Amino acid sequence: MTYSAADIPVWAAILIAFFLLAGAFLALLGAVGFLRLPTFYERIHAPTLSTSWGTGGIMTASILFFSISGGRLVAHELLIGIFITVTTPVTFMLLARAALHRDRVENHPDIPRRDGVTPGDDTTVN
Amino acid sequence: MFPYPLLTIALLVMWLLLNGFTFGHLLLGGTVAVFASWGMAALRPDKPRLRKWYLLPKLFGIVMLDIIRSNLAVAWIILRGRAPGHRSSFIILQLQLRDPTALAILAVIITSTPGSAWLEYDSRRSSVLIHVLDLVDDEAWANLIKNRYEKLLLEIFS
Repeated sequence: MTYSAADIPVWAAILIAFFLLAGAFLALLGAVGFLRLPTFYERIHAPTLSTSWGTGGIMTASILFFSISGGRLVAHELLIGIFITVTTPVTFMLLARAALHRDRVENHPDIPRRDGVTPGDDTTVN
Repeated sequence: MFPYPLLTIALLVMWLLLNGFTFGHLLLGGTVAVFASWGMAALRPDKPRLRKWYLLPKLFGIVMLDIIRSNLAVAWIILRGRAPGHRSSFIILQLQLRDPTALAILAVIITSTPGSAWLEYDSRRSSVLIHVLDLVDDEAWANLIKNRYEKLLLEIFS
């Protein structure tokens, strides 16, 4: 079954375009940040733009488009959002802990050691 | 009959979302969900104790709002760079949370909020290493996580 974009009202088209473009823009920014930020631990923050509202915006646009043009609620995209949100921390922690391990083995000065003391700067907050 | 009510409901909702809402699928999905949660019960995992489940929507609302705000903040940093005086840094946070499910939820919250990443949890010290992209004040960040998320999670599980 195909849906025609010409069938949906203008207000819906504007709303859908807004969410779609916002999501795509955030995903692009995530990729740009991934390329431009200087250190590994800063770079790890950039892709979360894609996995949070990058996905969220495109997901919302998809739900709106197919719900309005199909005339009934289509919301299985929500599952994509839920599964991406729940599974990204696993990958992130794996990557981050691998990086931490490597930096600790190399005795990198800015990395907090296992005993919780940053060489040179104590940032423990109780 | 329902060892894991939340799991059963979640499976049924997932079934209905994927197959479309009809009476037949309601029955079929319900059966599958009940049997799947019995299968889960046979594995005997530690059952999370949800004391105040009605606070979950509140937590969800707060997190959604924070995710939108931090999305904008991180997007701005990528476009324009950090403001002077701001730096990216590690913070070590002492947590009162012990419940594995609650810790998992906190990890999901902190990771899915752009600008902060949950790096490493130390169960012996019950401390967590977090990396913050745009840090001004260590204390303020620690208080934010403790008062905004941890307190609520402590109330929900406990």
